[in-house]
Amino acid sequence: MLAAKTIMEQGVHVEGINFFTGFCVEGHTHAIREKDKAKPKRNNSLWVAEQLGMKLHIVDVIEEYKNVLINPKHGYGAHMNPCLDCKIFMVNKAKQWIVENDFDFIITGEVIGQRPMSQRKATMPIVAKESGADDLLLRPLCAKNLPATLPEREGWVDREKLHDITGRSRKPQIAMAEQFGFDDYSQPAGGCCFLTDKSYSAKLVDLWKSQGHKEYQLDDVMLLKVGRHIRPQPNFKLIVAREEGEGRFLQGYKNEFISMISLSHRGPLVLIDGTPSAEDLYLAAQITARFGQGRDAEQVDINVTMIDGSERTLQVKPIRDEDMPKAWYV
Amino acid sequence: MTIETLNARRLLCPLPVIRTQDKVKQLKVGDRLEVICTDPGVMQDIPAWCRINGHKVIAATAGNHEYTLLIEVCSS
Repeated sequence: MLAAKTIMEQGVHVEGINFFTGFCVEGHTHAIREKDKAKPKRNNSLWVAEQLGMKLHIVDVIEEYKNVLINPKHGYGAHMNPCLDCKIFMVNKAKQWIVENDFDFIITGEVIGQRPMSQRKATMPIVAKESGADDLLLRPLCAKNLPATLPEREGWVDREKLHDITGRSRKPQIAMAEQFGFDDYSQPAGGCCFLTDKSYSAKLVDLWKSQGHKEYQLDDVMLLKVGRHIRPQPNFKLIVAREEGEGRFLQGYKNEFISMISLSHRGPLVLIDGTPSAEDLYLAAQITARFGQGRDAEQVDINVTMIDGSERTLQVKPIRDEDMPKAWYV
Repeated sequence: MTIETLNARRLLCPLPVIRTQDKVKQLKVGDRLEVICTDPGVMQDIPAWCRINGHKVIAATAGNHEYTLLIEVCSS
């Protein structure tokens, strides 16, 4: 937002590009969970574009992004976040876009030293070089700390009016936002990608391990954002809705998974992912019973719906807490 | 004038916007698009996308956990 505004202030026409990888935190969980209903559900990139009065192009890169996540040349960050490869990928896509749409250069809001992996002085040239953007990539917020790019050398933008921000502190950006009259802006300290989340990353690794390869579909990674994931055996796991909103969301997947729900007591919808045996299904039903209001009952009736639509009822005693090892929780 | 329908049920933000964006590209000025979604975020996002891109939201309704927006394509 600040980088775009800095360049727009120089009379340059700017349009936004937002790449959707499938892992963007933007609104997903807010849309699903009841408890988040009070939170604003705006898409931040759309909101920013509207505040700035610029067009925004949202580009679906879900398929192409798979290779970035599965084979990151520069490795992962603290979790499953391939930040440097991700940035190279996105700048490369932006380079392709400006060529196709007759734009002259690319700007990003990067700041030297802001992020430990992708925004270091050493990695800034790597992003420019490996993306193919080279000196068409201008970082207005820290440009004065970097060699002049083509837009600066050609006088398309005035380098003197660019900035020299460095480091992790957001104070200079907050001050700049105040100068521009922005009293609202998106969360400044990252957190916009599920891959930087420890719990989400653990579920992704579990998914890859259980299926024996790293390929995934959008639905796979969507489902990792929802519910409790419990894996009692390598060959199956349960996805347990934590509240009504999640139950409604999981309902949309009922035809693709074995599902369970308590008939005798109130309880959550549970999807079973994998290839459970009859014995495994009994254990899954016991776990399903454990998460409903019949958790202390002697017997709970659990409806089991198979993928082919056939149904049956299992009568089970809910599993006890002490019989559920912590290791089962993904 | 053509009226088309886009089923964006089960899609979460920003996919309903992306699908709307892609569908609108195929329509002409004056055509209308009805988008049916289950993500409540669309009630903010699709109108915002329309304002940015110069299209008009004719109607937005919510009920039974579904959200329906009727858009008129106003610019090419």
